[in-house]
Amino acid sequence: MSKEELDARSMKALIGIANAWYDQMKDGEIPSISLPTRTKYNIEYDDASEVWKYGDKESLRTAATAKSATHLLKMAYVIGFVKQQLIENRSSTLREMYYISEGWKRAKFGAQDESNFLVEDLEIISDLPREGFHLRPEENGASIYGPMRIREPTRRGLKMIHCQDDVGSAGYSIPNNVENLDLVDHDAKFVIAMETGGMYDRLIENGFDEEYNAILLHLKGQPARSTRRLLNRISLTWNLPILVFTDGDPWSYRIYASVAYGAIKSAHMSEILATPKAQFLGLQPSDIRDYNLPSDKLSEKDVEALNAELTDPRFATDYWKKQINLQLELGLKSEQQAFAARGLDFVTKKYLPARLTEMGVI
Amino acid sequence: MVLAEELAKQQRSISVAEFFEKNKHLLGFDSPTRGVITTVKEAVDNALDACEEAQVLPDIYISIKKTGPEIFRIIVEDNGPGIVPAQVPFVYGKLLYGSRFHQIRQTRGQQGIGISAAVLYAQLTSGLPTVVISRTGTKEPAHKFEIQIKIETNEPDIISEQPVEWDRIHGTRVQIEFKSTMSAKKKLLEYLKYTSVVNPHARFRVELDDESFTFERVSQEVIACPVAIQPHPHGIEFGQLKRMATASDEKLIDFLVNGFSRVGKKTAQEMCDKSGLKATAKVKGLTAEELKNLLAAMQSVAVPAPPTTQCLSPIGEDLIRRGLDKEFQMDFVAARTRPSSVYSGHPFAVEAAIGYGGKLPPEGNAVILRFANRVPLMYQQGACAITECISNVNWKSYNISQQGLPMGAVLILVHVASTNVPFTSESKDAIASIPEIEKEIVLALQDLGRELKTFLSRRDRNKLAEDRARAVCAVIPEIAAKVSEIVEKPVVDTTPIEGRLMKKLIAKKWTRDGKVTIEVNNYTGSDVEISVYDISTDNAADADMPPAFSTEMEGQFTKVWKMAIPKQTVWRVTYTGKGGGMLDIRGVEDTKKMVVDLDV
Repeated sequence: MSKEELDARSMKALIGIANAWYDQMKDGEIPSISLPTRTKYNIEYDDASEVWKYGDKESLRTAATAKSATHLLKMAYVIGFVKQQLIENRSSTLREMYYISEGWKRAKFGAQDESNFLVEDLEIISDLPREGFHLRPEENGASIYGPMRIREPTRRGLKMIHCQDDVGSAGYSIPNNVENLDLVDHDAKFVIAMETGGMYDRLIENGFDEEYNAILLHLKGQPARSTRRLLNRISLTWNLPILVFTDGDPWSYRIYASVAYGAIKSAHMSEILATPKAQFLGLQPSDIRDYNLPSDKLSEKDVEALNAELTDPRFATDYWKKQINLQLELGLKSEQQAFAARGLDFVTKKYLPARLTEMGVI
Repeated sequence: MVLAEELAKQQRSISVAEFFEKNKHLLGFDSPTRGVITTVKEAVDNALDACEEAQVLPDIYISIKKTGPEIFRIIVEDNGPGIVPAQVPFVYGKLLYGSRFHQIRQTRGQQGIGISAAVLYAQLTSGLPTVVISRTGTKEPAHKFEIQIKIETNEPDIISEQPVEWDRIHGTRVQIEFKSTMSAKKKLLEYLKYTSVVNPHARFRVELDDESFTFERVSQEVIACPVAIQPHPHGIEFGQLKRMATASDEKLIDFLVNGFSRVGKKTAQEMCDKSGLKATAKVKGLTAEELKNLLAAMQSVAVPAPPTTQCLSPIGEDLIRRGLDKEFQMDFVAARTRPSSVYSGHPFAVEAAIGYGGKLPPEGNAVILRFANRVPLMYQQGACAITECISNVNWKSYNISQQGLPMGAVLILVHVASTNVPFTSESKDAIASIPEIEKEIVLALQDLGRELKTFLSRRDRNKLAEDRARAVCAVIPEIAAKVSEIVEKPVVDTTPIEGRLMKKLIAKKWTRDGKVTIEVNNYTGSDVEISVYDISTDNAADADMPPAFSTEMEGQFTKVWKMAIPKQTVWRVTYTGKGGGMLDIRGVEDTKKMVVDLDV
């Protein structure tokens, strides 16, 4: 979708919401709006797109109490603000909008969370990404390094960038909006997305990208939207295997889940953010056992999280059931950098080649 | 042998005064800080008791001033009946001297220790004698005494005595100086505040160094002085029986009938029979063994409970409410006086009150006020049966949060009145666990809890209605304005939504560009005649609809408009001003009206 097209659709969708309210009030009705319920009990697997999306459960927001009325008022102010941005072709960050709301009197946001949530609501209602509203996230994207070329429109014109030759040792920084990024070409066999910077740097330093023609990506913990969107596009455009390499604890498995299946908070965007083909590389609970890795005992919270994952529809596969139950049995967790205990080259010379062969990637 | 003789040389009787010198904590003088409160408390208790006996409305003056390094002068002055000069030295200069110890009725002080203990404490810490001025009436001059206690003998030591000029017609003034600190000032004011709550007929004027406070009376009624009753056969102990018997010239049967409450001829005869004593025997002549049998018989024979009403003086539900209202501004107050009852032959009555909201601290434990015979209990809250009863009530079922004690903006008052309050110790800080009393406390609290729950749920319903009104009257018009601007159409009129939903008389007030507008919409099905009260700092001199009248008080203008508003019509007034303040409609029932300040 071109920028102009996206803008036009955003404008139409937002004015549509305002029009609906106008008509409701004209008919002497209290304005209201209906939204999908945004909890893990209302996400469903969509067979066609292979991602998790919101289900049918909807909640109706009616301006019948001061609280919901104020919520609708805030939404109206955000719509008015976005309309102005679209007309003037400007953009702002979510945080900037939060500060701008200072002047909205009763419609002022109480906290940044509130404005983020409201913008997500608008995304859901309009079925458009927030980029269409000219709103940028504060979070910056992560970095990528490997044999690939991209073309990015910058303020100094269109730039062609090779993600090994044209970048520093830390790689190419993924911008906030990757919609305008062109994926030009590549010479890679697969992509490894890593949770920690330490492992990303280790693989670059050990020349893993050159030896195996791998694209390396640093997720920076729970990945930002633009990072997930880029993985989604690489997977669709170049049809490369995407492998997620995290720590071996319940919280890291959720990082994988949000890459592969989508996050509960943004399930309305799963189709463009999730990469259903992404595979979990490690660190698997069975690796802790097989490689006898240095480990820590599971805390009560960890055990709780693992049990919660056993009931999470996104983890309802044989593979995950086996691995999670094994981990509960072991009572242990390890970090991905624990491989260093066997020497700095162990991960690139032994573990990854073995694991990638086992997965049929190399 | 030698040792025994040596020891014998050291063995001698101990005077009570000596005993208390060594055991100050028993009387509430364990620290200099606490000494101030105990002294004020004892003096005020005496003053209130005296006024009650004389049937005068108490007017009590309290002054605490620093006179030297760590030395404080405490003055308590009352308008009671005064003390005859011959008695003054004994009242203040002898421990265990009092008028109320032998009486069976509700009084504040009992043993006659309190104030003389303060005199003793002053003498021990500052070395200064206590100054007492007392006057018994217009015809008598006032007498001034300087008194100390002879510690070895527990006898008063009169340092000086002389008639003086005094402006009070009757009353007593005591001035005590001792070593102390004012670190317990907050507690002291709390004590006075609580005392004022349960003595709404008394006025307290307090001067603390340079600050002065007044706790005004809210009731002009003199409280009825409790009348002493005879001891009840079930509540008597051997020593008391022996003392009464020795002092009596009567025959056993008459002694039982005249000397005890609720004992008639028949019951007395039954007691005689049971103890194997002759009804005609002179009680004076009974041996200790015979008295023991008599006591056993007296306690085994069924006797109706003692009369409770005249010997007790509960505060009463109305006065508790007024007393609490005066000192704590709360949204809800309810009080309960339980019917009087008896434990081990001692009459008692329990009163309780619950307050909610207002200026009470919204977080933390509930404020707990404990009283025994109208005296606040300031210490050892944790050891008191009242506290335990409060924790044992399930407050959650009355929509009050609870962690042991109830939490939040709640105040709980419990008053135990009895001819013999069962304290855990002589310092009279905590009430002992007596099942009969605890049962009454819990019943009173549960009763009040239910009442509070009703109030809370009604308030929540009102809140919901108000919340809805605010949404409809204040927020929806703003949504309409914004939405109309976005779709670029004329501003949509939201009054039909208001009318359809509210079906009420709705008064709105808002301020825009220095103009205040008040609008009253009659969405009801009938014509109304009402007054609109608008109280704010605006004088509304240029109102396009002049008010029927307007008054000013301390910069606040009260404007009143009177008008008839036919059904489904609007009345409106505009004037120059800043808005704010208060708006009210009168002339229509509460459920039919809604007032919304759109500027809030």
